[in-house]
Amino acid sequence: MPFKRYVEIGRVALVNYGKDYGKLVVIVDVVDQNRALVDAPDMVRGQMNFKRLTLTDITIDIPRVPKKKTLIEAMEKADVKNKWENSSWGRKLIVQKRRASLNDFDRFKLMLAKIKRAGVVRQELSKLKKDTSS
Amino acid sequence: MAAKRKTPMKTRNPDLIRGVGKYSRSKMYHKRGLWAIKAKNGGVFPRHDAKPKPPAAAEKPPKFYPAEDVKKPLLNKRKPKPTKLRASITPGTVLILLAGRFMGKRVVFLKQLTSGLLLVTGPFKINGVPLRRVNQSYVIATSTKVDISGVNVEKFDDKYFSKEDKKKLPEDKKEDQKAVDASLIKSIEGVPDLKAYLAARFSLKSGMKPHELVF
Repeated sequence: MPFKRYVEIGRVALVNYGKDYGKLVVIVDVVDQNRALVDAPDMVRGQMNFKRLTLTDITIDIPRVPKKKTLIEAMEKADVKNKWENSSWGRKLIVQKRRASLNDFDRFKLMLAKIKRAGVVRQELSKLKKDTSS
Repeated sequence: MAAKRKTPMKTRNPDLIRGVGKYSRSKMYHKRGLWAIKAKNGGVFPRHDAKPKPPAAAEKPPKFYPAEDVKKPLLNKRKPKPTKLRASITPGTVLILLAGRFMGKRVVFLKQLTSGLLLVTGPFKINGVPLRRVNQSYVIATSTKVDISGVNVEKFDDKYFSKEDKKKLPEDKKEDQKAVDASLIKSIEGVPDLKAYLAARFSLKSGMKPHELVF
């Protein structure tokens, strides 16, 4: 099984540890075997160990260590935000965040909705069962 | 004694470093306007001689002198502060009771009484919790708020809850409950599912981590 996602300049990665946990960053240069120079539109460019990054499928076309302005333009051109939010990984993270932010009343309403949906499903199932058995 | 100032006196001589003022004695004399006070008083600083006091009544010598010196207890100037109400608890907040007979019930917060306890109500028709006092420490404040503008809670205080007759609940207390709950129930029914929410009890289910839950 060969590798599919490579560390390269322009690779978009997700930070999985530390102060910037959960952010999407772009690998902008490689420092040495273990570290990369990493940049994002809302953070100061800085080094990060590869162990703190999880590579995504998204890459953008940038020169090595671009200026912030060129980085932002390249991200807009490649439409990183929408690609991420429509990918199954990105959608899962959004749902997780939403579930964590539910307040007590929201959780109650969610429980009622789940019960209602289960009731509808059960009704359809019993209808189908009746049709096959009769 | 002269009347107390409302704000403490701001010194006219700022510190250069601790112990050294910016202005010399002569400059401070001028800044304080002592020359003007003297000029107003004819060249001398005004003196206020002690007013003649009426002669104090002759004190009788005490009948009893204790054998050993009697120790005076230390002075206690402590003024207990009113219980600070958590910022998340405002009138109309839905609270979760954590202990007691109504453990897990979701109730509506009305106001904080002078003793520091919180006045809450079910409303009674929805979940069986009457007008009741509860301690802030035994309560989780949720971020759900109910519109409480139509309710008059002026008449309730700690004295209202002292029990004369422990067996029977007087009729006027029942009337008070109905009066408070009437407008509350109307605003609760305006929000979908809120009535069922208040009727249900809260419990921790499998997988719920209280330190990660948002209330």
